[in-house]
Amino acid sequence: MTTIITVTSGKGGVGKTTTSASIASGLALRGFKTAVIDFDVGLRNLDLIMGCERRVVYDFVNVIQGDANLHQALIKDKHCDNLFVLPASQTRDKDALTEEGVEKVLKELEHQGFDYIVCDSPAGIEHGAVMALTFADEAIVVTNPEVSSVRDSDRILGIIQSKSRRAIEGREPVKEHLLVTRYSPKRAHEGEMLTYTDIQELLRIPLLGVIPESEAVLQASNQGIPAIHQKGTPVADAYQDAIGRFLGEEHPLRFVEYEKPGLIKRLFGGK
Amino acid sequence: MSWLSLIFGEKKATASVAKERLQLIIAHERACASGPDFLPELQKDLVAVISKYFPVNPDDIKVGLEKQGNYEVLEVNIVLPEGR
Repeated sequence: MTTIITVTSGKGGVGKTTTSASIASGLALRGFKTAVIDFDVGLRNLDLIMGCERRVVYDFVNVIQGDANLHQALIKDKHCDNLFVLPASQTRDKDALTEEGVEKVLKELEHQGFDYIVCDSPAGIEHGAVMALTFADEAIVVTNPEVSSVRDSDRILGIIQSKSRRAIEGREPVKEHLLVTRYSPKRAHEGEMLTYTDIQELLRIPLLGVIPESEAVLQASNQGIPAIHQKGTPVADAYQDAIGRFLGEEHPLRFVEYEKPGLIKRLFGGK
Repeated sequence: MSWLSLIFGEKKATASVAKERLQLIIAHERACASGPDFLPELQKDLVAVISKYFPVNPDDIKVGLEKQGNYEVLEVNIVLPEGR
């Protein structure tokens, strides 16, 4: 059985690609054969975040249009044995993603025995974003503690509930998960930032995890290594916890409480 | 801002404002989005049928779906032109 996970948000810049890369890598690290697909035709970036930008020969649209086969287009990840990246096309029009074409590629991945297919959605609510969520079994809605992101997440949830195949065919609905990213416990504690519970109350979907705001994310993307590989950082640990919860394990939330720095920390400026 | 807060860099707790605003706008947008897609079509058809019998302004026909407890109420409001 293949599970299709769509990582989506409506709003741009909230961490969809970072999350797709880390969730896909995390699943692969746990032994699942995983593919991660960039649906952002025209503005591909997953290849950069995964560090495989120089190995792109064929892309998603090439496979849809029959110019290459899936085997030629899938790029094997450097860090995980059973992880493959399918990059988006940089030059084609986004309408090249036809529903039949996307379905054909997903079916073929299923035949090849993939356990998970992670679909990295583009921002917005237009064709590419709708294509990314059409075939979803589960959706990870990435949300920042910020008004426009929360509102857009609510919009995208409405679209999942009306335009996904599962909704249209009246099957069991897409399983929705909330992932709060760029969270600052300090600012939330001081009442300057929506708390993760505020966001969960507003969106009313189960919380998969809270990823703290961190310098490690930029360091990871600079090097083209998914953030989950930044061992020992709160971001990597928070993604690991989220993957565990996704797979049904129980993990207490970490990195969400603000601890006042002690006197020594304040004097000597420890991090 | 008082000079004290200028010195101590006091920040406003604005998250509660954000939450209240979001509660309102999300509830409003959900109510709009949950309406079925056929309402505009139905309105168009009604205008076509009714204008066979007397002239009517498309804006004077309002179609809405409301939830009242367990019931959904389809409300059609037609304002007849004056002078009839």
